[in-house]
Amino acid sequence: MTDGKLTSLPDHADEAPGGCGLDRRDFLGAGVAAVATALTGCGTLSKEEFLQHNFRELSKEEVLSVIARLEKEYKAKYGKDVKVGTTPPMPGVIFGYALDLSRCIGCRRCVHACVKENNQSRTPEVQWIRVLELDKEEGVNLQHAEQYYNPDEVPREGHFYMPVQCQQCKKPPCVKVCPVGATWREKDGIVVVDYNWCIGCRYCMAACPYGARHFNWGEPNLPPDQVNTETHYLGNRPRPKGVVEKCTFCVQRTRKGLYPACVEICPTGSRKFGNLLDKESEIRYVLENKRVFKLKEELNTQPNFFYFYGV
Amino acid sequence: MTARLIRSAGLALLLAGLAAGAKEPPKKAEPVAQEGIQVPKPPFTEGIFPCTGCHDGKQLKVDTKRRELAMHSEIELKHGPESRWCLDCHDANSRDNLHLASGEKVEFTASYKLCGQCHGDKFRDWRVGIHGKRTGSWNGQKQYLLCVNCHNPHSPRFAALKPMPPPTRPEDIQTKKGGAR
Repeated sequence: MTDGKLTSLPDHADEAPGGCGLDRRDFLGAGVAAVATALTGCGTLSKEEFLQHNFRELSKEEVLSVIARLEKEYKAKYGKDVKVGTTPPMPGVIFGYALDLSRCIGCRRCVHACVKENNQSRTPEVQWIRVLELDKEEGVNLQHAEQYYNPDEVPREGHFYMPVQCQQCKKPPCVKVCPVGATWREKDGIVVVDYNWCIGCRYCMAACPYGARHFNWGEPNLPPDQVNTETHYLGNRPRPKGVVEKCTFCVQRTRKGLYPACVEICPTGSRKFGNLLDKESEIRYVLENKRVFKLKEELNTQPNFFYFYGV
Repeated sequence: MTARLIRSAGLALLLAGLAAGAKEPPKKAEPVAQEGIQVPKPPFTEGIFPCTGCHDGKQLKVDTKRRELAMHSEIELKHGPESRWCLDCHDANSRDNLHLASGEKVEFTASYKLCGQCHGDKFRDWRVGIHGKRTGSWNGQKQYLLCVNCHNPHSPRFAALKPMPPPTRPEDIQTKKGGAR
C-alpha cells in the first residue's frame, strides 16, 4: 500500500498542472464525497450536500444554491415543483399557542391535518401531535394517559383529552444537548432543525421532556401525490432518512400570516394561536383572562405553548 | 375594579373598531354580519328558509301552545325544554327573523346576539376569538363561525365525533427492506 502511494505520487504531481480538466478543489471535493458515501452508507449524498454548512452560516448566495439544489432533487424524486421557502422571522413577533382543555374532544383531526401539511412519512406514520386521553378523576396525571384510545365516539364519559406537541420552549433542552448545533430557537420562538446538518444522534429526543421529537428510522415514505409543495427549509420540506423532525408551528404558514394547520382543522376551536407581543391578540387575551398552565413547568423549560380552561 | 373598567373600556374600543371596520366595503362576497364580524351562512336544513314560505300568516295561524308538532318533527328540543318553546326565539309576526327577550328582531345571520342574551360569558369570549373556531390569518382577516355552525340551537351540546385513527404501536410497525426497521 505504502509502496503504491509512493510510486503514484510523482505521477500525480506531474499530471496536476496539466490539462486533465480536474482542478485541485474539484478533485478533493469528489474524493471527500466518495469517502463520505463509503462512510455513511448513503449512496445518494452529493458533493454539494456533503460540503454544505450549517444553515445559519450560509451566505445569501449559498442559501440560493442550496434551495435550487433541493428543489431539483425534490422534482426528480416526486415529479412535482416543490417550493422550498426560507422566510425569516417577522420582526416584533414571538409565537404563542394555547390549547383549551375544556373543549378538546380528542378527535385527532389535528394529528392527521399536521401529517398532511408537514410531509411526514406515511408508513410508518410519523405524528408530531400526540393526543392523550386522561381520567377526569385523576386530572392532568400523565401516569393515567392513554394515546392509543380508539372508541366509536369521542369524548368518552369520564375522560378529557390533552394533545401534546412541541412546546417551543424558551429554554429548550433539545437545543442545549445537540452536539452539532443542528437545532436552534429562531427569533420568533420557533425551535427548528436543519435536516442537512443533523447527524441523527437523537440526543435531543432523549432530552425533550414532551416526547415531541421524532426520528426517521427509515427512508420517509411519502407518496408523490400526497406531497405538500409549499414548504420551508426549516419546516416541512421532505426529510431524508436518519434525521430528527418536530412541530414548527407550521413555520411555512405562520411566517406568511396564516394559522397553523392544526388550528385551521380543529372542529371545536380549542386551539388558539398568535403573537405574544401583540396586546390585542387572542393568545394574550387567553393568558390574561383564563386559567392557564404550562406542561411540566417545574422543569423550567419555559414553553410558549399553554394549556387553559375556557369555561 | 380599575382593571375591570379598563377592560370594559378596551372592549368598547374594540367594538368601536369593529363598527368602524364595518363601514369599509367588505373585500369578499361573503355575508358580513352587523358589527363587521365575518360569518358564514347559518346552517339551515335545505329548502327550509325562508320560513314565510309556509308561515305567511294565512295558511298557518299562530299557535303558541306547547304541543306535538306536525311539521319539523326532526327537531329535538334539548335546550332547557321545560322553560322554552319555539316562539321564545322565533318571531311569531316576522317568521324570517328571530327576536330577543326585549322583542327586538334579529336576523338569522346575527343569531349570536340571541345566544349571547343568556350565554354572556361565551359571547364575550367568542367576540375576542377565544370561544369557537377562527380560521384565516393570525395577523389579518379572520373567518368566524356562528354559534349555530357548531351547536344545534335546539340541542346545543357539541355532537360526538368518530376519532381519526390512533398512532401505530411500535410493535405493529411493519419491517420493510430499505424502509423503516
